[in-house]
Amino acid sequence: MRPFTYERAASADEAVKAAAATPGARFIAGGTNLLDLMKLDIERPQHLIDVARLPLGAIEPAGGGLRIGGMATNSQVAADPQVRRRYPVLAQAILSGGSPQLRNKASVAGNLLQRTRCAYFYDTSKPCNKRAPGSGCGALEGLNRNAAILGQSHACIATHPSDMAVALVALEAEVETLTPSGEARRFPLAELHRLPGETPHVETHLIPGELITAVVLPPPPAGGQAYRKARDRASYAGGLASVAVAGARLALGMVAHKPWRATQVEQALAAGATPAEAIGEELKDAATAGRNDFKVTLTARLAMAALAQAEGDAA
Amino acid sequence: MSSVRDWEASNPIKEGRQGVFGKPVDRYEGPLKVTGAAPYAYEVEPPSPAAYGVMIGAEIACGRIVAADIAEAQAQPGVRLVWTHANAPAQAPKGTRKHPRSTSPSRPALEDNRVAYFGQPVAFVVADTLEQAVGASHLVRLSYAEEPQNSDFHASLAEAVDPPGEEDVEIGDFDAGLAASAVKLDETWTTPIQNHVQMEPCATTAWWDGETCVVHTSVQMVKPAQHGLAETLGIDRDAVRLLTRYIGGGFGGKGQTYDDLTLAALAARELRQPVKVAFTRRQMMHGTIHRPATVQRVRLGADRDGRLNAMSIVTWTHCHRDGQFTEHASNFARSLYAAPNRLTGHRLVKLDLPGAGPMRAPGEASGTLSLECAMDELAEQLGLDPIELRIRNEPEADPETGKPFSMRQLVRCMTEGAQQFGWDRRNPKPGQVRDGRWLVGLGMAAAIRGNFLLPAKCSFSVDVDGIVTVRQGMTDIGTGTYTVLAQIAAETLGVPLEKVRVEIGDSELPPAPGSGGQFGAATAGSAALDAGMNLRKALAELAVNDPASPLHGAAVEAVAFHDGLIAVENRSETLVDLVRRSAPQGLAAEGEIRPAADARNWSQHTYGAHFCEVGVDPVTGETRVRRMLGVFAAGRIVNAKTARSQLTGGMIWGVASAIHEGNAVDARYGSLINQDLAQYMVTVQADLGELDAVMLDEVDDKANPLGIKGVGELGNSGAGAAVANAIYNACGVRVRDYPITPDKLLPGLIRAGF
Amino acid sequence: MRTTITVNGEARTHDLDPRTTLLDYLRETLRLTGAKKGCDHGQCGACTVLVNGLRINACLSLAVAHDGDEVVSIEGLGTPDALHPMQQAFLKHDALQCGYCTPGQICSAVAMLEEVAAGWPSQETADLTAPVLLTPDELRERMSGNICRCSAYPQIVAAIAEAAG
Repeated sequence: MRPFTYERAASADEAVKAAAATPGARFIAGGTNLLDLMKLDIERPQHLIDVARLPLGAIEPAGGGLRIGGMATNSQVAADPQVRRRYPVLAQAILSGGSPQLRNKASVAGNLLQRTRCAYFYDTSKPCNKRAPGSGCGALEGLNRNAAILGQSHACIATHPSDMAVALVALEAEVETLTPSGEARRFPLAELHRLPGETPHVETHLIPGELITAVVLPPPPAGGQAYRKARDRASYAGGLASVAVAGARLALGMVAHKPWRATQVEQALAAGATPAEAIGEELKDAATAGRNDFKVTLTARLAMAALAQAEGDAA
Repeated sequence: MSSVRDWEASNPIKEGRQGVFGKPVDRYEGPLKVTGAAPYAYEVEPPSPAAYGVMIGAEIACGRIVAADIAEAQAQPGVRLVWTHANAPAQAPKGTRKHPRSTSPSRPALEDNRVAYFGQPVAFVVADTLEQAVGASHLVRLSYAEEPQNSDFHASLAEAVDPPGEEDVEIGDFDAGLAASAVKLDETWTTPIQNHVQMEPCATTAWWDGETCVVHTSVQMVKPAQHGLAETLGIDRDAVRLLTRYIGGGFGGKGQTYDDLTLAALAARELRQPVKVAFTRRQMMHGTIHRPATVQRVRLGADRDGRLNAMSIVTWTHCHRDGQFTEHASNFARSLYAAPNRLTGHRLVKLDLPGAGPMRAPGEASGTLSLECAMDELAEQLGLDPIELRIRNEPEADPETGKPFSMRQLVRCMTEGAQQFGWDRRNPKPGQVRDGRWLVGLGMAAAIRGNFLLPAKCSFSVDVDGIVTVRQGMTDIGTGTYTVLAQIAAETLGVPLEKVRVEIGDSELPPAPGSGGQFGAATAGSAALDAGMNLRKALAELAVNDPASPLHGAAVEAVAFHDGLIAVENRSETLVDLVRRSAPQGLAAEGEIRPAADARNWSQHTYGAHFCEVGVDPVTGETRVRRMLGVFAAGRIVNAKTARSQLTGGMIWGVASAIHEGNAVDARYGSLINQDLAQYMVTVQADLGELDAVMLDEVDDKANPLGIKGVGELGNSGAGAAVANAIYNACGVRVRDYPITPDKLLPGLIRAGF
Repeated sequence: MRTTITVNGEARTHDLDPRTTLLDYLRETLRLTGAKKGCDHGQCGACTVLVNGLRINACLSLAVAHDGDEVVSIEGLGTPDALHPMQQAFLKHDALQCGYCTPGQICSAVAMLEEVAAGWPSQETADLTAPVLLTPDELRERMSGNICRCSAYPQIVAAIAEAAG
C-alpha cells in the first residue's frame, strides 16, 4: 500500500468534517473491500477516517419498519431477530455473500459501496475505464463471462457484486446519509448507484465525503420473500446472477452496474402476465458481450424459481 | 544391481511386531501444525532481523524492457535496494551446470531485459519493513517494447507436433480395428489450464553464515534446489545449505524453485543481512508453473458384447516456448483396458504463456477426464453397466507390453465399491431421479496410476536415551513423510513411536528424491528400512560381542528388537542399557535403496474405483457432490490415517477438476484471467457431502522391500470423471469441456426440457 | 501510530505504520506466525483470528484499527504440550495435511461454534426463525470461508463435529 494517515473518528459529524477538510480522504469501516483494493494499488487514499466504531450500528424499529445503522456488520443484520422474521430475503441475501469472517467485518454501508469484481478492473496491467478513466474496457472484447447484461455502456460492462443490496432494493429501502456540510439526507436506495454511461468510475450519486449512516426499511410488503443466487461453487463465491423477491417487487443482482430493480417484471405481473412473460419483458433489452449470453437465460430461470419460492413462502 | 528377489525376505515391517506399521497413528508433526508452531519458510527465525523483499512482475507476455525508472522507489524511507536487469548482481548465465553432477542448472533472476511470460519477475525491492517494500514497489516504473506473442492454444492446434523424442504408440492396426467394430465412439474432450494454488505461496528466508548461504525455502525436492542455487550464485554446492522443513502444499508446483530463492540469497549477500521474499497470491498464478490445457480425442470401437476392439486417445497440449514439458494425458490408457488395436500419443504446441509443468497426477488427472467418460458413454450405447463394460475389458497382462501385472485389483475395487456405495440403486436412464429441487445421479470411474521407486539414502542413529533419529534429505508436503519414517523406525528398531525423531528437509542430510509422482513413501521408506536394518545389525553385533551384555555370544541373526528391548529368546536388555554401556557416543548406520533392474519385468500400478452421487439444479445448472466413495488398491498401507487423507484429498481435486477449477487465457495479453482465489475456484466445504476412501488389503512384493506403493496421485486419477458421469446420470447432459459450470450445463438442461 | 492490542491475553504496545495489517502485525511485529498468509485478500481464510471473540480475516484489517481490541490467535488457544480440544480433534482426525490452512481452520471452527451457540443463521438454515442446529451441512457451510487445498475437508468436518460434542 502507498503511505496514508489514519484517524479514528469520534463522531459522524467529525468524520464528515475531516473528510471535507482532508485531500484524498476516505472512510473505512470493515475495510474488506477497500484494503483489498489498496493492496493492489487500485485505491490510493491519502487519509483514512475510521468510522467503524461510530455509534451507527444499531438495528431498531422505525416507522413500522427497521432502521439498520450503516456500521452494523453484515453478520449482525443477518442474525437480527427482526430481520429474520420480517425481512428473510435480506438475511438470505447477506448469508449468501462472502464468508462468515468477511460478514463479521463488513459493514452495511461498505457493502453498498463495494466495487466490481471484474477481472479487468483488478488487473492493473489491463485497460479499465473504471480504474483508469479513458484507458478503455478490457472486458468488452475479453473474457466477459460474468459481465453485465442490463444497463451497460460501451465504456463499461462491469457488475455490482453485492447480494445484500439486491434484497434491499427489492424491499424499497432508503439510505440515510450525512453530507460533508453536516446535513442529513434520505433517499431511495435504488437511487444510490449509477449506471456506467461514459463515467463508470463514478459509481454513486453520493457527494464526495458523504457518509452513509443508515439504511431504513419500510414495513415488509405483503406476500412472500425469496432470494436465489447462482454461482460457480456452493459458498464463498460471487454470483453469476441473483434474484430477490419481496411481495410484488423484484430485483436482480450481478447483472448490471447496480442492483437492478425489475420494474418491468413488476408491472407486467400486476397487469396479469405470467412470470415467464413478465421476466421476458425485463430481459428483452438485455445485451450480451459474447461469453455471458447464458446470463440472460439463467436470470430468467432464477427469477421464475424465486417467484415460485416466494409464492410458496407466502402460502 | 539389486533384484526384486532381494525384497522377498522377511523384515521387521512385514512381521510388524511393534504394531505401528499400517496403523492410523497421528501425524508426527501434527501438534506443531495445529498450534501454528511449525515454522514455514517465511517464518523461520533468522539470526538477526530480516529485511523484506518484494518482486514485481512483467505486465506483458513477450518483449523487452526498454526503460526502468527506479529513482523514486529507491528514495523511499527504509528502502535498501531496488533491482532490475540493469543493476542486478552478476549470476551464472541461465542453464549453467559447472558441476557435472548438479541435478539442476542455474536459474538467474533478472538476467536480462527479455520478458518471456506475463508476470515474470522483472524488478525487486528490499526494505526494512514489508510495508515499505510494497509501497516502494508501486513506484518502480518499467517501460516495455511488446513483441508479437501467441498464447491461444485452441487456435494453435494445427501447429502442434510430436513432443521431442516421442512418437505415437500403435499396437495392431487401430484404423482397421475401429472400422471393423460394431459400436463406435469418437468424441473430444477439453481440459483447462489449472493452477496448483498451494495454500502457502512460494517463499524464502535467506542469510549468509560466512561463505555459506543458508536458505529456508518451500520446495518439494532438496538437492535440485540446492544445486541450482549454487550454480546460479557460482559457488560450491556445499556452500549452499538449503532447508525445507514445513511446506504449505506442493502438488508438483514446488518441484522446482523460483526467483524468490535466488533474489533472497543475492540480497542477503548484498545487504549482509537476512532477507525474506514471498510470492503474492496473484504472483503465484503466473509466476509459477501450471497444468497445461488439453484437447483429447478418444475413439473406441467395440463389439456388441462390449469387448473393445480398438482404443485410441490422442492429446494435444502446450508448454512454454522455451520449455520441454508435455502433459502425458494419454499414457495411462496404455495399461488400463484390453483392446487388440491401440493408438496413443501426444501433440505439443509452444506458446508464450508461463511455464507448464507437473501438477498432482500429471497425465492421469487430465486423461481420465476423457477416457473414463468415454467408457461411460460406450456403456450406455451398449446398454451395459459401466462396471460390467470395464470388467469385460479387463486385461490378463499389460495390454501393450504383455508384461504380467505385479498386482492388479481393479475389478475388486469396482465390485467392492459398488456394493459399499449402493451402485445397484443407480437408474441407468438419466434424468429420472429427483430430490426436492435437485436432479440426482450416480457415476463411477476407474483409477490408475503408475508406481515408481527412485534411489535414496537415509541414516539412523540411536543415542544413550534410546532415542532413534531418522535423517534424510526428504520432504513432507502434507503427504505424511515425517509420520511414515517414524513408523518405519519404530517398527524396525522395536521402539515406541515416542522414542523416534525425524529430521528431514535439509541438504546436509542423506539425499532422497523428495516428494512427487507418488514415489515418496516407497522411496524414502525403503531407504529408511535399509538404514534401520543396518543399525539393527550394528546394535546386535555390539551386544553379542559385549561380555557385559546378556546377549553375549548369541548369533547376530537371532537377535530381536521389540518394545525398547534387544533380545535373544529369553535373554534381553534395554536398548538404552546397551548403548549407554557399549556405545556412549551413540551409534549410527546408513542405508539406501536402488530400483531393482528386474522390477521392469512387471507392469506396476496402483488402482481404484470412484463412485459419486451428485445433485444438479436444473434451474441453474449448479452441481453439488452429495456422496463420494473411492476404493483403492495401492500395496501395503503404511498409515491408514494419512493414506486415507491423501486419497480423499485427491478425490476432492477430482471434484474441483470436474465442476470448479480452471483458468482461461486472454490471448490478447497472454495472461490468465483468474488471478486470485476469488476468481480461481477451488472446492470448498459446502460443495461436498459425505466422502470417504477405502483401501483394500494388498502387498506388492515387486514394488520395494516394504511392499508399499504411493497414494498421493491415485485419488485424483479418475475422480473427476466419476463426477462428470454422475452429472450425466442426473440430468442427461454430457459436457465434454471442463469444468462443467452452470453456463455449460444450461443449454443441455433446456434442451432436455428441464 | 502508537497502538495497544491485547493479544492472547497480553497487552502489547507498538508504534505502527498505519499500513500494517493485523496479520502482518501478528506475524512480523509480534512474530506470532501461526496465522498464515495464504492470499492476503480475504479469499482463503488462512489468516483467521478472533477479535473480541469474532472470527475475521486478519489480512483485511489494519492493526491500528484494533487499538484497544482483544485478539486471540492460534497461539492463544493451545500449545503442542497442552492442546485445545479443537486442536486435539484436528490431530486425531487428521484434519490437516500440509498444515498451512490449519491454524485458520481451527480459529474459525472455535468461533463458529460460538456463532451457532448464539443462534446465528447461515445460508443452510432453512427456517430462519427456528433454533439453529449444527447439522453436517450447516457445519460445511459455516466452514466454507476456510479453503484447504490439500482438501482435508471430510476430516475437518469430523474433527469439528467431535469437538462440538
